[in-house]
Amino acid sequence: MSVILENPWLLGAVAGFVVINAMMVTAAWSIWFERKFAGAMQNRPGPTQVGWAGLLQPVADLLKLIQKEDIVPTNADRALFNLAPPLGMILVLAGLAVFPWAPGWVPADLDIGLLFILSISSLITIPVWMAGWASNNKYALLGGMRAAAQAVSFEVPLLLSALVPIILGGSLRLGDIVAAQADGRWFALWPPGPGSVAFVLFMLASLAEANRIPFDIPEAESELVAGITTEYVGMKFGLIYLAEYLHTAVSSLLGATLFLGGWDGPGPDGIHWLLLKSFALFAGIFWVRWTLLRYRADQFMALCWRVFVPVSLACVAVAAVWRVYA
Amino acid sequence: MDPENYDPEGDLMILNLGPQHPSTHGVFRVKLWLDGEVCIKAVPYPGYLHRGVEKLCEKLSYVMITPIVDKNDYVSPFINELAINMAFEALNAVETPRRANYLRTLGAEMQRVGSHLLWLGTFGLDMGGALGGGASVFMHCFRERELILDCFELWTGSRFHYNTLTVGGNRHDVPAGFAELVRQTYTLIGQRADEYDAMLVDNAIFRARTKGVGTVDAKLAMELGVSGPILRASGIDWDLRRDRPYAAYNEVKLDVPVRYEGDCFARYEVRMAELRESIRIVLDLIDGIPEGPICALKPVKLPGAYKGKVGQAYAAVEGPRGELGTWVIADGTDKPYRCKIRPPSYHAVSLIPYLAPGNNVSDIVVTLGSLDPILGEVDR
Repeated sequence: MSVILENPWLLGAVAGFVVINAMMVTAAWSIWFERKFAGAMQNRPGPTQVGWAGLLQPVADLLKLIQKEDIVPTNADRALFNLAPPLGMILVLAGLAVFPWAPGWVPADLDIGLLFILSISSLITIPVWMAGWASNNKYALLGGMRAAAQAVSFEVPLLLSALVPIILGGSLRLGDIVAAQADGRWFALWPPGPGSVAFVLFMLASLAEANRIPFDIPEAESELVAGITTEYVGMKFGLIYLAEYLHTAVSSLLGATLFLGGWDGPGPDGIHWLLLKSFALFAGIFWVRWTLLRYRADQFMALCWRVFVPVSLACVAVAAVWRVYA
Repeated sequence: MDPENYDPEGDLMILNLGPQHPSTHGVFRVKLWLDGEVCIKAVPYPGYLHRGVEKLCEKLSYVMITPIVDKNDYVSPFINELAINMAFEALNAVETPRRANYLRTLGAEMQRVGSHLLWLGTFGLDMGGALGGGASVFMHCFRERELILDCFELWTGSRFHYNTLTVGGNRHDVPAGFAELVRQTYTLIGQRADEYDAMLVDNAIFRARTKGVGTVDAKLAMELGVSGPILRASGIDWDLRRDRPYAAYNEVKLDVPVRYEGDCFARYEVRMAELRESIRIVLDLIDGIPEGPICALKPVKLPGAYKGKVGQAYAAVEGPRGELGTWVIADGTDKPYRCKIRPPSYHAVSLIPYLAPGNNVSDIVVTLGSLDPILGEVDR
């Protein structure tokens, strides 16, 4: 045990193995959960056939995806087309390295952890755009272009609202930010005002980053057939789909860490609090998804620049003032 | 770039929206010339569902045509049957019994509710996607539509293609317990219509997506022969049920909803108002159906036994999508010589080249959905 803990390479390998596998399994079963959840919202049972209450549905889906013939469209850019899905997956998973799962449980305790995770997650636009460009499909091209425009816009309120916990916590290290929220002084609740508004803005901007409804225009299936994933089949499609779910999961984890106190909670602190909070946020994102319609591209760009950016700037200013004088 | 041979349209991306596309409501192709995402020019290409229904009508006897036209506008088969049988009755000067007229009015209004529900569901899909809030609208609308199909199943034995109307009247009388089932079903749907309004009208995204989008000018609509909810949403107060009453509509109280904006939201409002109005008519009618025979003619034993007169006739009904007309020319045999069907959706689809330019792809999809075209009827 001590050998593993003292050797950084071994520690990284073991922690990476555990975290990545845990997250992949969670993402796969969150698809089952989402389908059940959507079924409950729409007066239908959801998956019921494979396993008890359809619990083995993700396994069946995976087997189906693996069996599919791997088709690369004629005249597609083969290298980029094949590279995009795994690259997206790698970038999403890389962000998980710096999370403080529980007191002392940090796979890579970077002092610029938040900066790392935000920059990694903003890179995810590149594989999405790559997938759209390389497919040699007009719908995919439109989807990729929309994704790029959307990411450029929503990066701004995302970063600005993430500045609020940085200012309040006084550190870029995620562990310090969580520690600053100890004993229930979560930034979403205290100080009242900037933290709670920034929390809402952060979650909305994360929805846009992860291409979820109401901001899912890159794959808007009623307009662009399947957007960037139009030409993808089999496990490549599965990787893009899973990466999208993982991105949502990482956004919920980040939201819970930055604004809801991470592993802090009533009773003993620990990983269970982080998981509970992020799962609640995750379910909230599903709820939004199965309730709302989709914005038009120009409408939510306007929403971003005219509402999200000024409000998040105001949050930053108020948080800074509060930090200096209170 | 060669300035001599510069072709502004050559720089545009041509996108074939359809024939296999989730939001073309069937098999339909619109060719779009896109500058970025903004449409410069749009040309619709219908015809993928052409089955030669009008030619079939020339080859089949009068009694055999009814189940064929069921498949035209497959969302409101009852009203298709009504339109074609009214034309045959006008041709042969057959007077339908009072009870048959009442049952036809009842069936048409029941069907209109189902048709508008299906439109609302697919309109939601156009805006919210098959994996999102739109799917929830769709599922809820289909839940109600199933109940309506149950009512028709009890009445005619068939959920979809009824074959219940014939020349001179109806084939099926309503069974015992029908009134009770219809009353329960339509009262429930009336309550649920308020839930849809709460889900959509109170939603800022829905309003942003529909208000001011796809505005139809009243003059253009009249020039293209557009009718029904699209025309009424553009401010023209015209409804065949009130202005050229047929069946039992002259004995039914009817409010025609009219909006003046002409955009997708106005069309939504008109259709929802019509849905409520139809529910009210159904609930009014269900208790007041007069007693009597349901068909003026004796049922024929052989399909060819019924011979039509020589002449021609036109009959039109107000379908869920507008004026559904049938023009029939007869030569005295057991088959029509020519049978021309005027589908309202065909005229609605002809609005696309005027509505699409200047809009982006998202708005074109919403506009197309708000026109509510049924491609089986467009292509026939």
